[in-house]
Order: sequence, then C-alpha cells, then structure tokens
Amino acid sequence: MQAAQVIMVTGAHAAALAVKSARVDVVPGYPITPQTSIMEALAAMVENDELDARFIPVEGEHSALVAAVAASAAGARVFTATSANGLLYMHEVLHMASGGRLPVVMCNVNRGIFAPWTLWADHQDSFAQRDTGWIQYHCSSNQEVFNTILQAFRVAEQVNIPVMVNFDGFAISHCLMPLTVPPQEDIDRFLPPYQPEWRLDPAHPSSFSNVTNAPEYAVFRQMLSRDILASIPLVKQAAQEYKDITGMWDGDTIDTYRLEDAEVVALAVNSMAAELRLSIDILREQGIKAGLLRPRLILPFPAEDIMEALPRNAQVMVLDRNYNFGHNGGILASELKSALFGRRSDITVKNRVMGIGGLDLTRRFMAAEIRAMMDE
Amino acid sequence: MQSVTKAYRPISWPMKGAGGDTGSWRTHRPVVDYKICNRCQFCWVYCPEAVIDRKEITIDYSYCKGCGVCATECPTGAISMVKEE
Amino acid sequence: MTTSIKKLPDTEQVLSGNGSCGGCPATMALRIVGKALGPNAIMLLTPSCAVASMGMTPRLGYNWPCINVCFATAGSSASGIANALEIMKEKGRLQGELPTVFSWVGDGGTYDIGLQALSAAAERNDNFIHFCYNNEAYSNTGVQRSGATPRGSFTTTTPTGKRQPKKNMALLMLEHNIPYVATATVAYPGDLYDKVVKARNIPGMKYIEILAPCYLGWQFDMSETVQMSRMAVRCGAWLLWEAENGKISFNNPSSHIISGKKDPVPVDEYLMKQGRFNRFLKGPDASQRIAEIQNDIDREIAFMRERAKIAV
Repeated sequence: MQAAQVIMVTGAHAAALAVKSARVDVVPGYPITPQTSIMEALAAMVENDELDARFIPVEGEHSALVAAVAASAAGARVFTATSANGLLYMHEVLHMASGGRLPVVMCNVNRGIFAPWTLWADHQDSFAQRDTGWIQYHCSSNQEVFNTILQAFRVAEQVNIPVMVNFDGFAISHCLMPLTVPPQEDIDRFLPPYQPEWRLDPAHPSSFSNVTNAPEYAVFRQMLSRDILASIPLVKQAAQEYKDITGMWDGDTIDTYRLEDAEVVALAVNSMAAELRLSIDILREQGIKAGLLRPRLILPFPAEDIMEALPRNAQVMVLDRNYNFGHNGGILASELKSALFGRRSDITVKNRVMGIGGLDLTRRFMAAEIRAMMDE
Repeated sequence: MQSVTKAYRPISWPMKGAGGDTGSWRTHRPVVDYKICNRCQFCWVYCPEAVIDRKEITIDYSYCKGCGVCATECPTGAISMVKEE
Repeated sequence: MTTSIKKLPDTEQVLSGNGSCGGCPATMALRIVGKALGPNAIMLLTPSCAVASMGMTPRLGYNWPCINVCFATAGSSASGIANALEIMKEKGRLQGELPTVFSWVGDGGTYDIGLQALSAAAERNDNFIHFCYNNEAYSNTGVQRSGATPRGSFTTTTPTGKRQPKKNMALLMLEHNIPYVATATVAYPGDLYDKVVKARNIPGMKYIEILAPCYLGWQFDMSETVQMSRMAVRCGAWLLWEAENGKISFNNPSSHIISGKKDPVPVDEYLMKQGRFNRFLKGPDASQRIAEIQNDIDREIAFMRERAKIAV
C-alpha cells in the first residue's frame, strides 16, 4: 500500500500530474500563455516515459482540440489544454465534441480576451463558451485542479459529454502550493480505463455525424441538453467517491464557507473565491453574517443545489470576473437570477464586475466591495 | 470508465441505397448488347455506382443513375443508352 | 507494370445507391481507392461532395468506419486518429493489423481552408494518407472558386473566368519531405490503384491527389467524365507523377510528355469541350487567352521536368 505524496507544484503542473494519473492516451498540445506550462510538463512526461501516451505537437488550438476529438472517436482517453484566444479559436470544435458525444477533457487556464491583448486572468473566455454543450468546472486551488481533472474524466466518460476544467491564469497556474497526490492504485480504483460505448472500428463500420435531417437533428440536440442536466448527480457522485477513496473534498456542484447562518452571501468562481473566504472572515469580524457560495459547476448550472444552500432572505452579492454585454453586470449574476426567478422571492441579488484583465482582487478589496453593495 | 447512460449519437451504418432509390434518377438506361460485349470490364471499372457485375456484365437498375459513362467508355459500342419510358 | 483492370480486386467499399451525382468522378475514384485499401481502414471527411454523397443519418453509403470533421481539420483529425490507434496498439488494447487512416477531402479542404493543418501533419510525418479529390472548385456548395481552379474557369465567384493560375499543391506537399506523393486521375484506374497500394504500405504521411472532372462544375455531359480526365492528361493540364522519398518519376502517358517523346495535345479542344471556359474565351482576344492558359500548362510541364531532375 503506497502512501499519498505531498509535493510543492504550480497549478499547471498539478494539472499535468492529474493527466498522468488518469493514464491518458493522446495529448495534442499547442502553446498559449498561461496554459503553456501544462503542455511543457506533459511533453516532458511523454519523452521521459513517465506517461505512456502520444503527445501531438499541433500547429494551432483548432487542431489541438480536433486531434483530441478524433483520437477520442478512435477510442482513446484524451486531454488538451488552452487559454483565452486559443479557446475561442476552438469554438466550432467544442460543438463537434459535444454534438458527437465524445468524452474529451480539457483545461482552460482563464485569461482575458484580445483585443486589446492582456495576459492576465478574467473569465470572459470560458463564459463565452457557455453554450457549446460542454460541462464546465471552475476551480479555486491547485489541489482542486488535480482532483477535478480526475473527476472530470469520470463524469465525461459516464455521460459521453466533454468537460472543461477552468482555473485562473497565474494566480493558480503559476503559483506553487502543496499538492497531495494520492497513490496511483487509489486513482485507478476511482477512474478505471475508458471503455468507449462507440468507436471508429473497421470490424463494425459506422459513421460519425453524417448530414442529418431536421427531425433526427432535433432529437440529438434534445438528448444532449437532457444528458447535460443528467450529469449533475454524477458530478456529486464523483466528488463523493473521490472523497471516500482519497479523503479530499472541494465541494461537489457547489462549495460553501460559513454559509449556514449567512445573511450576506458572496457568490463567485475560481481563485477569487478562495480569496473570498478571507473576505468573509473580515466581514464576520466586523459583525456581518457573511458566507460564501462558490459554484464549482457553471454548466450545467447547479440551480437546485444553490437554491437549497441559500439561507432564507439572504442578500447575494455576485462578483463576476466577466461582462454580460448588453446587460448591466456579469454572466454569473444573470445565471443566478434566471435560476431564482419565480422560485425564491426572498433572495435579493446584487452584482459587480471586478478583476477584469487581472486587476488584483484582495481580501480587503472584496470585503469592502461587499460592504458597499450592502448599502446599495 | 463505462457509460452509465446510452448516449444518443449521430451515427450511421453502411447500407445500399443510402441516397435512396437512385435508380429513379435515371432518364436513360444503359442496355448491354451481349453479342458485341467482349467482357473487357471497362464499364465495370468506370461505373461510379458499382452497379455492374464484372463477370456477367449485368446492371443493377435499382441503383443505376443512368450517367452513361459505361456507354461512352465501352470500346466495342456494346452499351447503348435507351430513354426511360 | 500497371495493374490491369481485370486484376483489380472485387472488394466494393462504395455501396450502390449513395447520394453522389450520376457520373461523379470522386465516387468513381473512391471505388478504386476502396479496392486498394480494403475494409481495414478508417475514413475522414471534411465538408464536401463526398459528405453529401455518403448518405444522411442513419444511412451510410461507404463500407468503412467514417468520421465527419470540421472543414479545416483533415490533417489534424487524421493525426489524432493515427496516434490514438498506435498508442492503443502499443498498450495492448488493439490487436491485429492497424487500419489505414485516410482522409477523403476536396480541393477546398486541401488547397484552401485545410492547408495549415495538412502542412503541419506532413511536417510531423504522421501515419495516414491524405487524398485530395480535385474537381477544381467548391462543387458541393454550387461551384465557387478555389485555389485549385485553373485560369479562365467560370465559377459562381469568378463569373467572367478566374484570372490567376492554380497552385501546384502536390508539389507543395512534396516539399514537406514526406515519404510519398502521387497524382492520379479517374481515367487511369490501374495507375491510381497501384499508387494507393504503394502508399498503404509506406509508414508516415502520404499525399495522393486525384483530378476529378466534375460535369456540373466543368459543364460537360456527365457521360464524358472519364473522357475529360483523359484529355486533361493528354494535353498536360494534369501530370501523372509520383515521388517516393522525394524522387519524382512520371507515369504514362505524362512520362512521354515530360521526356519529349510525345508533344502534349494543344489545350484548345480540352477547353472547348467544357462550358466553364466559354465566357473567358469569348470575344476578339480569345486566341490570346487560350495562349495564356497554354502558357500556364507549358510552364508547369517545364518546371516539373526540371524539378524531377533534383534528387538528393
């Protein structure tokens, strides 16, 4: 019986280690800041025979994802990663993966979108891909990135829907934190080999995604929509079983902090939500009954779980690191409001956009913002 | 990992007539004169539709689209295109 | 010796009653490719006539496992599948001979939108065959100009005839130093068959381009598909050649044109047989315009003759 190892690694390296632990077969990769170090780590693992996989050094992100999707159709477990404009360049292939029901797992290291250029984090890139039929996790620590990638493979392969694991550029991708790596035998127990339900197989020839008439096309889309929602219990089950095997827990569809008796609830995703725990402590010290609700999933949106977790009459302060253009505020707030509408009239929702293009989000700044929002 | 639900996938399976009863597209049908035919198999090799039997030089009219390539390529003039009724 | 028609295998991978037009040159060529590859192959398609021909969900007119991929991605998709098969075999999850991975892509998906991914796959020398069936236009969307459209040709986006010559895509692929490049056309099925068999047995990236005269786009009678293909070769508008490890050799009858044993037939008759050159060749300066097209062809023949002399 091996013991878990604790090491100091960056978020990017944690992602690469998770991919290695998942015994992935094919990794197409293309560099883009701040994702590049994931690909560098995986390429090195393949070269050094630490990972028995093929690394395909493709010529662009569009090709990176399509090579992953095609390899998945051939029956392989696949992974790739990107950021910002790379993710946007992949847009049509995102649809190909979900429409084709292929369980690709991809990391997106969140970064603001061109133009103008920025290297730093906000969430416009992943939120802009909300309607592509991918399951989307958002992570707030290096450990959670590692844990979530393993959970993502499990869920993706159970429902045959691709999963995107998002985390912030630099604050997570480039910062060292201690990482617990469970013994490989535990991971193998949690994530058995991929058994494709369908693959490109000359012994049983069949074709993927021919032209389709409207009645059949409509049913494919309807089934995709249904199965995305059906992934919620599987996301919960994956988190629970991962906890049972490894002892680690990051929440399931949501994660909460000091929420039970909260009157003021901060709602945010990714690394800013980790910092927000400290803001909550500051507010509590000031006598404000504050709590945190961090959705790990933004697609499917865990409406039921959020509804259940929100205390009665809470004021929810949604801190969006993205813009919902054409509306006043961010996308997370819109998602929350549409989930609450007609169901929880006791809840007030307030919204601020912050941290765009890597603007620093400190615990004091966010605590002050929440205080100011209370007076609005 | 094994699927827990059967995914409804956009998959197709091989079959003749994937484009429908393509024989109905024909305006002219190729007719072989077996007295002239020398079994060179040119018609068979150039037929885009794979509807000509290479040994018997018979034509599957349920799928033949009537393009007339066989008649044009026939070196002995054994195939004529006859107007469909 | 070129395999004779009577020696071609019985295998039919293209099933009767698919959705292609009557007299379709691409389907004609695919039948021969099927005979050379057999059933142990995986086919990739980008949007093209072949996709319109293959049947609609849930029907399939080809007897292979097929995958439809995004337009720009023939090269990278094939790399993904080839790498997946190889690693799964190494890990013991696949047994027996690995299937041949091949892309079946039009000139749009090869010359234009697919060029970047194809070039990268060639540079990586991934193990698959890229087939370009070249009908010299975007025929599937109703005949628009592509990088393969020759000078003078009408398309719906070059209504008075294209003003630029086509590019030599097969030569571009050769300059990627891949182990095998070949050109072929439907009038010479034995030549095509032999080239595909050869490609199938060479590891790494292979590129085979097949001239596919499309009666709809080129505006001739559909029964003349093979005739048009033959005429293209005889006038030198299409050269049959192959290159193993960079060494170019020409195939009959193009070899006679290259060696000077036989003069190419003047291009006039080839052009006049097709409606697509009508507008370009109308009017008082018609002979000058024919000369321009003839010059494109002569230049290409001269260039390829000299290029073939380079063998390192």
